[in-house]
Amino acid sequence: MQDELTIETKQATEAKTDDNNIVIKVEHLQKSFEDNKVLKDINLTLCKGENLVVLGRSGQGKSVTIQCIVGLLDYDEGSLKVFGKEIKELLEDELKEIRLKLGFLFQSGALYDSMTVRENLSFPLTRVLKMKDDSKINQEVEDVLDAVGLKDAIDKMPGDLSGGMRKRIGLARTLILKPAIMLYDEPTTGLDPITSKEISQLIMDLRKKYQTSSIIITHDLACAKITGDRILVLHEGKFIAEGSYKDLEKSQDERVNSFFK
Amino acid sequence: MEQTIKSGVYKLLEKVGDQVNFFLSFVRHLLRKGFEWNEFLRQCFIIGYKSFPLIAVTGFILGFVLTLQSLPTLKDFGAASYVPGMVSVSVVREIGPVIIALISAGKIASSIGAELGSMKVTEQISAMEVSSADPIQYLVVTRILACTFMIPLLTLMADAISLFGGFVGSNLDNKVSLHLYFNKAFNALAFSDLFPGVIKTVFFGFAIGFIGCYHGYHSNRGTESVGHAANSAVVSASLWIIILDGIAVQLTNIFAYN
Repeated sequence: MQDELTIETKQATEAKTDDNNIVIKVEHLQKSFEDNKVLKDINLTLCKGENLVVLGRSGQGKSVTIQCIVGLLDYDEGSLKVFGKEIKELLEDELKEIRLKLGFLFQSGALYDSMTVRENLSFPLTRVLKMKDDSKINQEVEDVLDAVGLKDAIDKMPGDLSGGMRKRIGLARTLILKPAIMLYDEPTTGLDPITSKEISQLIMDLRKKYQTSSIIITHDLACAKITGDRILVLHEGKFIAEGSYKDLEKSQDERVNSFFK
Repeated sequence: MEQTIKSGVYKLLEKVGDQVNFFLSFVRHLLRKGFEWNEFLRQCFIIGYKSFPLIAVTGFILGFVLTLQSLPTLKDFGAASYVPGMVSVSVVREIGPVIIALISAGKIASSIGAELGSMKVTEQISAMEVSSADPIQYLVVTRILACTFMIPLLTLMADAISLFGGFVGSNLDNKVSLHLYFNKAFNALAFSDLFPGVIKTVFFGFAIGFIGCYHGYHSNRGTESVGHAANSAVVSASLWIIILDGIAVQLTNIFAYN
């Protein structure tokens, strides 16, 4: 697995050098909530096929960054381009089109709790892709559930699922629209170490299967180590370090080093 | 002091602006293609069928108590036979629509506020947004229309049950046949009593659905805000029902009775 990771990291680094491969480009992004400036100067690029981990303590603005990327929050200053389009300048329908290419896994899974797993997964197919053929919808739902290893949970209610299962189903619901970019908001938070490892491994497997580029927000080092081609360390609204897990492990910066102790 | 007033006015204007914006958003999504019929029917079932027992009991007690309270006084004047007419006019014209709307505000607006508030807190609404689904069309339009459609129906049913409650109340004192009671009750009613009573419940229903959805959809993050959304929905919806009733009575007086 380590060899595979090394190859993937190399591919991602090579891809980074080519500007045409950039799918997300963020420059000097700033965001405040009243007097609290959460994002001070965010700069990042995500390349095609890359897994970028944003590592940081709670309250540093990690989730705010990806919520700005997906257009859930407006940013105050700076530029944020997804597939070359400035998010702030998009009209409602244009933003919807961009969002179709973005998958977002929420911290809690955010499953619709009045619907079964099947209904949760078929919801985006019927509402967004306007699919009407029930057999086709069922096939898609079963395929994606198979990919996350939860085919048996198809008729369960979200309330009957464990935290790890909810995240897997949330992931399946996102993947069913076949996004080009996945944004993971703390995918392993609140899970035991074994389930966390399984989710991290699943992120890698799904990247291979669905050919996605990903931004993974986390403060879980094990997750960062497994999933990250490149890691950015966020501290007080700015990135203070960038590199592979191995590079950052050797960092002399106390703020970075404190993660790896 | 001046600063407090300024900030109070600013907040009020902000809220009014928010509500106008939410209303316009509702209208825009209502006119869009792809109306959610299944969700609309599910909401009609929840709002109508599941509220029916509460509305039925309220309606029955309303007619029953009104009869028991007025019967002794009217009897003193030898006007006991006017009780069915009095009950039917007062229930159909005013008491039925307003009481049922207030009860519905307590049950339905709070439940919509809490449901959407909880969906907001658990990021389910955001999940719909980021998947390019339309949460306003799916959650808001269906609930507001279901309320607008079901509250008048519930009120009509409650009015009928209320008259039956009046019949039971009359029979405690003196035996009156069902046929005679309802004959007298309906003879006292005119179209100008029924029509305004029904029309205003359409607005009450809209207010209940709209305010429930507005408070739920705009709840802040955190579990406390779910309770707050439910509470604000009931208070605002009740207030709006009273205000709308005041306006409706004035309009009815101008157009129906002059």
